[in-house]
Amino acid sequence: MFSDRNAQIRQGMRDSLTVVIGAAPFGLLFGALAVDNGMSVSEAVLMSVTIYAGASQMVGLDLFGTHTAPWLIVLSIFAVNFRHILYSATIGPKIAGFTFVQKTLAFFFLVDPQFAEAERRSEQGKTISFAWYMGMALPFYFSWICETAIGALFGNLIEDPHALGMDFLLPIYFLALVMGFRRRRNWFPVVIASGVASITAYYTIGSPWHVSVGALFGIAVATIIAGDGQQPMTETEVEGGENV
Amino acid sequence: MFDEGSNVVWIILAGALATYATRVGGHLVLSRFQRIPRRVTAALDAVPAAVLSTLVAPAIVSQGWAEALTLAIAAVAALRFSMAGVLLVGAASIITLRALLG
Repeated sequence: MFSDRNAQIRQGMRDSLTVVIGAAPFGLLFGALAVDNGMSVSEAVLMSVTIYAGASQMVGLDLFGTHTAPWLIVLSIFAVNFRHILYSATIGPKIAGFTFVQKTLAFFFLVDPQFAEAERRSEQGKTISFAWYMGMALPFYFSWICETAIGALFGNLIEDPHALGMDFLLPIYFLALVMGFRRRRNWFPVVIASGVASITAYYTIGSPWHVSVGALFGIAVATIIAGDGQQPMTETEVEGGENV
Repeated sequence: MFDEGSNVVWIILAGALATYATRVGGHLVLSRFQRIPRRVTAALDAVPAAVLSTLVAPAIVSQGWAEALTLAIAAVAALRFSMAGVLLVGAASIITLRALLG
C-alpha cells in the first residue's frame, strides 16, 4: 500500500516533467513582464502562488498598469479562467474517491496541463489517485512560482524594456492565445464582434470599458448563432499550448 | 505606476478567489445538469476568445505601424508555430520594426 503510493507519486512526477519544461519560459516571462509593468517581485510571486493561472495573470498585469477599477480586473481574471468550470465539471466524477479535503486541494491545482494529463490517464483506463494527482501538480506549481521569482529578479536588470519590445509582448501573447482557439465553433464571428466592439468602445467610452463591452458583444454573437435547443454535457477539450 | 501597494495585494487575492471559484464551480454547479441549453454552452465556449480579443484589437489601431505590422506577422506565425515560436517571431518583429520605423 505504502510503496504503491510512492510509485503513484513518482509516476505523477514523471508525467509532469514535459509540462514543467514547456511552461518554464512563460513563468520567466510573466515575472519579467510583471516587474516591467511596475509590480514588485513579491507581488508577482504572490500572484503565481494564489491565482496560479498564466493567461489570467498576464491579463491582470495588463490591466494593473491602467486605471481600471479593481472589480473589473477581478472580473477579467474570472472571465479568462472561465474555461476551468468545464474542466472542473469533467474531472469531478473521476476524483469522486478523494476525501473532501483532498478534493478541495485538488481543484486548486486544476490548471490546463493538469486537466489534460488527468484526462489522458483516465482515457488509458487508469484510476486517478490522489498520490498521482499531487505528484503531477506540485512540481508544476512550485516550478511556476520559482520561475516567476527568477523572471522578476532578472526583469529588474533590464534597462530599456521599450527597445526590447517588452511592453508589446502582452498583446502578442494574447493574440497567440486567441489564434489558438481558432478551431472552436463560431470563433471568427466572435473574434470580429469582440474586436470591432472593443475598438469602438476604446475610442468612445474609453479604456478599460472596451474589455467588458467588447467581450459582451462577442459572447452575445455566439449565443445568437447557437440557436435554441439543448445538448448533453459533452467531453471537454483542453485549451492548446503550454498555458498554466 | 501603482498608487497603493496594498490595493494591488487585495486585487490579487480577489482574483485568486475568483479563479478558485472557476476550478471548483464546475464540479459544484455544472455537473448537476445532465443537459444544458445550447446557448449556454456556446456562450461558455466563446468567453476566452471574446475577452482576449478585446485586449488585442485596440493595440492594432492605437499604437503605430511597427505594432500593427508585428501583430499581423504574429497572427500568421500562430498558424504554424506554438506559443513560444509566436512570441519569438513577435519579439524579433517588434524590435526590428521599432528600430527601423522609429
